[in-house]
Amino acid sequence: MDGRERQAQPRSFAAGQHARPADRQAWNGDVASAARGPGKGLEPRAEPELIAAHAILLSRGGRALLQDVDIEVRRGEIVTLIGPNGAGKTTLVRVLLGILLPNRGEVRRKADLRVGYVPQRLEVDRSIPLTVGRFVALGRRSSSAEIEAVLAEVGAQALLERQLNELSGGELQRVVLARALVRSPELLVLDEPVRGVDYAGEAELYTLIGRLRSERGLGVLLVSHDLHIVMAQSDRVICLNHHVCCSGVPHSVAQHPEYARLFGPQASRAIGLYQHHHDHSHDLAGAPQPAAAPPPGPQEFK
Amino acid sequence: MTEPFLMRALLGGMGLALVAAPLGCFVVWRRMAYFGEAVAQSGLIGIAIGLALALNLTASVLVVTLAVSGLLLLLARQNLVPIDTLLGLVAHAALALGVIIASLVQGPQLDLMTFLFGDIFAISRADLRWIYFGGLVTLALEIWLWRPLLAISVHEDLAAAEGVRTPYVKAVFVLLLALVVAIAIKIVGVLLTVAFLIMPAAAARPLSETPEQMAVFAAIFGMLSVALGLFLSVTLDTPGGPSIVLMLAVFFVAAVFPSVLRRR
Repeated sequence: MDGRERQAQPRSFAAGQHARPADRQAWNGDVASAARGPGKGLEPRAEPELIAAHAILLSRGGRALLQDVDIEVRRGEIVTLIGPNGAGKTTLVRVLLGILLPNRGEVRRKADLRVGYVPQRLEVDRSIPLTVGRFVALGRRSSSAEIEAVLAEVGAQALLERQLNELSGGELQRVVLARALVRSPELLVLDEPVRGVDYAGEAELYTLIGRLRSERGLGVLLVSHDLHIVMAQSDRVICLNHHVCCSGVPHSVAQHPEYARLFGPQASRAIGLYQHHHDHSHDLAGAPQPAAAPPPGPQEFK
Repeated sequence: MTEPFLMRALLGGMGLALVAAPLGCFVVWRRMAYFGEAVAQSGLIGIAIGLALALNLTASVLVVTLAVSGLLLLLARQNLVPIDTLLGLVAHAALALGVIIASLVQGPQLDLMTFLFGDIFAISRADLRWIYFGGLVTLALEIWLWRPLLAISVHEDLAAAEGVRTPYVKAVFVLLLALVVAIAIKIVGVLLTVAFLIMPAAAARPLSETPEQMAVFAAIFGMLSVALGLFLSVTLDTPGGPSIVLMLAVFFVAAVFPSVLRRR
């Protein structure tokens, strides 16, 4: 892997060409598979690809919200997308789901891919009378037995007859997840599913996601602004801040300097490993800047 | 109560109420009341042009309402002027233009009141055919599109992620709206058309647990209001369209009042 040459030469970012695939992916030897860019001809993984985006550029009003972003989710794989607020995580999700068209780049989906989507904030207009059961059935035409089963799976069986706009944030989150699951999805996309959910609910949700992956072989794309709890179950973590800052297995991402850059020194201390080291920083507008000087101290990437 | 003109008024009004009810629910859910208002007021331009060129009025209104719907969707892409301002602007500009064209065409003696408030007792057999043919097409499309329309009204991104082709569904919805407005203008006039859409739906909301219930209640309220409004009109010699709209308002107040009391 050639990712360790990062601070070899100061690069110009003025041309808008920021990170090359090798920089973004191959910074740790034990994530060799993540370094395999599309078309590089390395050995394919065992599990088939569900969805993949390649070289996505999306700009609005002259600002690049996503730049040269690659991401893929395979069957049975949990991919966590992390990044600070405003980093373009939801935008990337919307591109992957086909809601937004990128200016450049391609999105590939498995033919007839069934997606279950849990959007970040679901606010249903109070003018729509909607029971929980009816809401779940909007995901797919289903029998009442199927709806009850899927509500039971997320621990929301008691909510069946309730009006959607009377639910608490945590209850609503479960119900939205039930609607995603009633579709028997191959890919589950959850955008910040733990926002507004208490700690116990959060742990419970992650346990459920882990079980769905192992029992049903779902691919999962999980968007989060917090790595702590997700780490244990994620196969791959992708750090996004308009471009892919770093990616790899959770342990190595936690050690990666870009993770510390994104989440601040507290976050990295909370995880508690690692030497400081950046190959670039971000200015106030979020644009990548070359690091001013090589960091002091040894460069450990283990 | 068996005069032919009265029967035609009753049949036409109830047919319209039935067709407008489910569509009106979506107008309420998607917060498009003012969109409907702007489209309806532009109908006056269609009436004026239709009179000038001796065209079928419903057809000429339909062409204009469709054109204005397209214009509104285009204008909504800018984000410097808020959407309610934009809709008010288009509604008033359309009304002004409609009145000016009408005055140029027929001179000041043209009875604008008829077109602003409709004349339900003037419904002809040809009008009835329009209402029932257009109404059947509309109703069929509403039923066919019910699920995807409901899904995008609940959450558009979620619907799109689940495979609903949102641009097409929205386009058909706007088309239906223009069609119903074109049919309704003859009956209740440019200014009261949107009442037929939003008032039955609003009255149905407090009584409904599901979207389907709301559409059915809205249809019942709409048809009852037509019958009661016409009765009022015939017995007290009040104008037909306004009497129906007043009945709709009574239904709304009666339906919403219990929940107003509960909130205290």
